Order: sequence, then structure tokens, then C-alpha cells
Amino acid sequence: MKCRKCGEKAVIHMRQHKLALCKNHYLDWIPKQTQRFIHDNKMFSPEDRILVAVSGGKDSLVLWDVLSRLGYQVDGLYIGLGIDGGNGYSAESRRFTESFAAEHKLDLITYDIEEHEGLDIPTAASMTRRGRERPCSICGLSKRHIMNRVAIENNYDVLVTGHNLDDEAAVLFGNTLNWLTAYLQRQGPVLPNRSGLVKKAKPFFRFYERETAAYALLRGIEYMYDECPHAVGAKSIYYKELLNRLEADRRGAKLSFYLSFLRAKETMVFNSGGDDVELKLHPCTSCGQPTSTPDLCTYCRTWKEVRDRRETMLEQGIES
Amino acid sequence: MTARIHLRDKEFKVRSGMTIRSALLKLHIQPEAVLPTRDGELLTDDEILQERDEIRLIAVISGGAY
Ligand code: SF4
Ligand SMILES: [Zn+2]
Ligand SMILES: [Zn+2]
Repeated sequence: MKCRKCGEKAVIHMRQHKLALCKNHYLDWIPKQTQRFIHDNKMFSPEDRILVAVSGGKDSLVLWDVLSRLGYQVDGLYIGLGIDGGNGYSAESRRFTESFAAEHKLDLITYDIEEHEGLDIPTAASMTRRGRERPCSICGLSKRHIMNRVAIENNYDVLVTGHNLDDEAAVLFGNTLNWLTAYLQRQGPVLPNRSGLVKKAKPFFRFYERETAAYALLRGIEYMYDECPHAVGAKSIYYKELLNRLEADRRGAKLSFYLSFLRAKETMVFNSGGDDVELKLHPCTSCGQPTSTPDLCTYCRTWKEVRDRRETMLEQGIES
Repeated sequence: MTARIHLRDKEFKVRSGMTIRSALLKLHIQPEAVLPTRDGELLTDDEILQERDEIRLIAVISGGAY
């Protein structure tokens, strides 16, 4: 297959766009497309200070690379979770993140959960009712909370994440299967800022997962290839596989599933009355971040539960 | 007349002469979920498998929620 632009041997074929490109044209195409998505969705401008959440995986490192190539002022935030899982997941992904930042002379903020809360994610999860089997609940809510807090405290204008089309389509699939209308309402490539909540954007929301991986490979970006051990068996992976089966038979199926949702959202039912939840936000009595739950926010409440449980265990002389 | 396809620690033997895409579908590997490479070079999946080809697949699905 030949590159559409120059006729050289293509390295990637994007069936949904009927577009094949060579290495050089592909490495040009990704930033150009990204710039278009940023502009068309009013995500941010060159004057804005941007914070990118980096996990050490391909999507976030590629996003950091592309945004800095486009000339944006973009710093990284790495959150240390303390997950080992036999492959040294957190330590390794931190190493990839730090060496990327050093090599590209980019600023990285590192926030280690254990340093701030006294416990790492797996230990904390083992002390909550929901987290004993899978730490994803406390992990996910902690990451969201910390990202927002770090962005607000350091006066960033926008927080960006490396979510790609496959991520978004998988979430949409899950939300649709269960008709979670409140989530459907909030799902989208841009979330505007509200008091105490930083603006969020996902500049890669139209790229397929294999496209960000191909970019990483062609640019020589080294990333954490292995998954977080707790992601094994995650529903999101199962949904991605289902969507990929659909895609194999019908090119563009994933993309149109998501894009037609965005169009439908503008005109459809999910719009009625759902803003109520958002209006009821008030500051958490402990950390001051906006929350819809009374008194403490979910982050403070969950970590308080963890610390209380820990104290009880220590009193009873049980080693954790 | 065989080529080999590697995915993580698995190895599959397939007949050369067919495209990578057909080989993947035969092996029940979703073409969307991988990137084929040979000697570290990225390939499109219409590439015809040659005798003694060693194709390494890079898995692209990731699952961690943010
Ligand atoms: S898979 Fe679960 S535990 Fe692992 S990083 Fe993602 S949310 Fe955290
Ligand atoms: Zn070209
Ligand atoms: Zn709080």
C-alpha cells in the first residue's frame, strides 16, 4: 500500500478514513489533526497553561509530545500510585515518564499518594469495602481528585488527558448499555470549568488507539507497554474488544458510534433537567473542592474511612 | 511455506502467501487491536506474508481508567 501524499511505502492504513500514509507524512498528520480537534472544539489556545496527566503509557506520552511539538506550554503531572503487581508497574511507568520529560526538557510535577496520604493505593484499597478485589475505585477517584487539585493550585487553565476514541467509545458503550443518563450527559471531549473545577479536554478523542501506538513507535517514544495488573479483566477492555469486532466488519463503526452520540447529545433527551446535579455543588468541608455529596467529598470520605480502619487494625494489633 | 507471528509471549505459525490481515482474522486476533511489525518496521496489514517472515504484533489496547 502506498502513501496517499507521496507514493512511498505506507506504514499505516486507517481504514475508517481510507487513508494510508508513510512514516514522515504520518508524523505530520497526527499533530495537524490534533490541532484541528483543539481548535474546532475550543479546547485551549497558545496563551493557556496546560497540565497533561501522564501515566507513562503510550497515549499520555504521545499527547505530551504532540502538544509540545505544536508549541503549547504544557507541563506533565505524574501520580505515583504505588502499584507493584509483579511487574513493578508504578516504578516502571514513572521511569518512562521521567526519562521522557528529561529527554524533551519538559517540566514534570510528581505527586506521590503514599507521601501525602500515608498509604499506597493497593494497601488503601484493601481497607475499603469496595476495594478488596480491585483497587480501581479508590484509584480512579483519587486520580481525578488530585489532577483537579494540582491543576487548580498551580493555576493551570486546562487539564488534558490522553483518552483516545477507543477509550471514549468503550465508556459510551458501557453508559449506553445501562442508560446512565447522568454520565451520558457529561461525556464529551471538553468539560468547561466550573467553580473549583478546572476545564478538562481530550485532544485525542478522535484517534483510534492503534494510531497513538503507531505514532509512539514511529517517533521512538518509549512507554510502559504492560498494563496495570489490575486492568486485567476490566469491563472497558471487554467493550473495546467488542467494538473492535464491529470495526473489523464495518470500517468506521467505532468512530461513527461516538461522533453520532456527540451530535445526538446536542438535540436529544439527555439534555432535559439533568443540570440539577451540577447546580448543587458545594465545597467539601475538609479540602474545599466542589462536591455534590453532603459534608465531605468522595475523596476525603474514602480516605477517612481508610485511615479509621487502619487505626482500628493497629489498635487490635493486626498487621496489615 | 510458513511465517511466524508473535504476540507477547505467544507464537503462531501461519502459511506464507496470504496477507497479514487474513492471517490475523484466521487466528482470531482483531486487526484493530494490534500493529504488525517486521524488524522493528511498522507494516500495513495488506502486506503479503513471505516465507520465514517473523512478524511481531504490538498490542494496542490499554485498559486503565484515568
Ligand atoms: S487499572 Fe485500576 S488500579 Fe490500575 S491504574 Fe487503572 S484504575 Fe488504577
Ligand atoms: Zn508520504
Ligand atoms: Zn474533600
